[in-house]
Amino acid sequence: MNMKTKKVSGLKLYFHYLSIIFRSAMQYKASFWIMTVGHFFVSFNVFLGVFFMFQRFSHVEGFTYNEILLCFSIMLMEFTLAEILGRGFDTFPSMIRQGTFDRVLLRPRSAILQVLGSKFELARLGRVLQSIVMLGYGMTHVEVRWTAAKLVTLFFMLVGGVGLFSALFLIYAALSFFTLEGLEFMNLFTHGASEYGKYPFGVYGRKMLLLVTIVIPYALVQYYPLLYLLDRRSDPFYIFLPLLALWFLLPAYGLWRFGVRKYKSSGS
Amino acid sequence: MKKYFSFFRLRLVTGLQYRTAALTGVITQFFWGFMNIMVFHAFYKADPSAYPMTMEATAAYVWLQQAFLSFFGAWIEGEILYTISSGDLAYELCRPIHIYDMWFARSVASRLSKAILRCVPILVVAVFLPRGYGLGLPVSFPAFLCFLVSLTMGLLVMVALNMLVYGSCLYTISADGMRVLFASLSDFLAGQVIPLPFFPEKVQRILELNPWASMGNVPFRIYGGDLAGSEMLQAMVLQALWLVILAAAGRLLFAGGEKRTVIQGG
Repeated sequence: MNMKTKKVSGLKLYFHYLSIIFRSAMQYKASFWIMTVGHFFVSFNVFLGVFFMFQRFSHVEGFTYNEILLCFSIMLMEFTLAEILGRGFDTFPSMIRQGTFDRVLLRPRSAILQVLGSKFELARLGRVLQSIVMLGYGMTHVEVRWTAAKLVTLFFMLVGGVGLFSALFLIYAALSFFTLEGLEFMNLFTHGASEYGKYPFGVYGRKMLLLVTIVIPYALVQYYPLLYLLDRRSDPFYIFLPLLALWFLLPAYGLWRFGVRKYKSSGS
Repeated sequence: MKKYFSFFRLRLVTGLQYRTAALTGVITQFFWGFMNIMVFHAFYKADPSAYPMTMEATAAYVWLQQAFLSFFGAWIEGEILYTISSGDLAYELCRPIHIYDMWFARSVASRLSKAILRCVPILVVAVFLPRGYGLGLPVSFPAFLCFLVSLTMGLLVMVALNMLVYGSCLYTISADGMRVLFASLSDFLAGQVIPLPFFPEKVQRILELNPWASMGNVPFRIYGGDLAGSEMLQAMVLQALWLVILAAAGRLLFAGGEKRTVIQGG
């Protein structure tokens, strides 16, 4: 075998996929910009809702407007980044139905990598931009001194959050091996969670907090580290808590593997 | 009239077939409603004096909003847009009917069929939740009748507004951008994000005049007693007024659009 055909690394292949998708999207520039604006408005609505609520109320569960903005922006950023990366999983049910997944399985590369590389929606960057603006505003307006430890916490929150939401997208995709179609209620755990995650999960009562700590660990990437950021807790344990949420990738990956093994082509 | 009614019935029966989708929808909406109510409780606890409605009325608003989501959800029927962009519109134009009336009947039916499947389970569960969290009985029997009338008018206003979007597509053909913008704009103006009474008073005054406020906002608040007396009557008259204006504008738009329709090959 010729040495020149040696395998390109997975990462390089992934970026190659992205550049193809990006170039093809840029063929429809007007449509791209309209969608970017549209996505921006969808989450801007949520922001306006929060804004007008705080015209009337000065705090909720002891959190001020600026603190809520901080929470909202981090959650939005976690979700949107995961959504941009994991968009391939989001549209995976149609891949199954159209039978294109058969082609993926024929290629000698990881199926996850290929599915991830099949879609990449840059238009959602409109939302990342919004979360960056809100984060900047929130960070500079809360009465908190930003130490290195807190910045690290913030970074870990993003890592943990992107991991958690990616795991949820993976589960959504894996479930369609069995149902052949996307399940609407899974939206609740991805898009839904990012939206009601605009308020710290403590707002929703103790039972709900327990649920989102143990079952699906949203609170680990949102509520608890937020308490540390806002000086409500000082135990350095809270810095690393967001990384703990990554355990959720394991069952998600397991379900995906199980699904691939059970996969029968839909035959189209 | 009979032919439009049969379009209506056809669409209704088709819509009623999607029961599994409805079930997962019910679970989703139930959860949404619950989370929403928890947020409102938290705000209430933070400052009861700043809270603009009673908690019972808020809970009723949230549950009705979830139960009748398909009445006032800002979606646009992809099928109708496809009819326009694919050129199938030509067939529709051949039929001895008014397109406006037919699409109107069809849109009402598809929203109604979704609501029929979804509203009953949501309402039944919501009625049994504790006071302040669940859906209480309407404040009075006359209020309940007004609620029904206003709910119907709200649905018609929503569809009339939808028709304007379809009408403009007769001119522009592609509708992707319009669709996204329409959806996000109307959610906000209709009080789907937060109910209109929660806005600052001046903003609320302005928002209440726009057609979106003539949809879910009026019936949901009548039910919980937040809107009553002359204020209620005013809101209902405004609903009727918007319905007439929007329907007239839609017909005009369609009359012009049909004449200059270009069928793109096919």
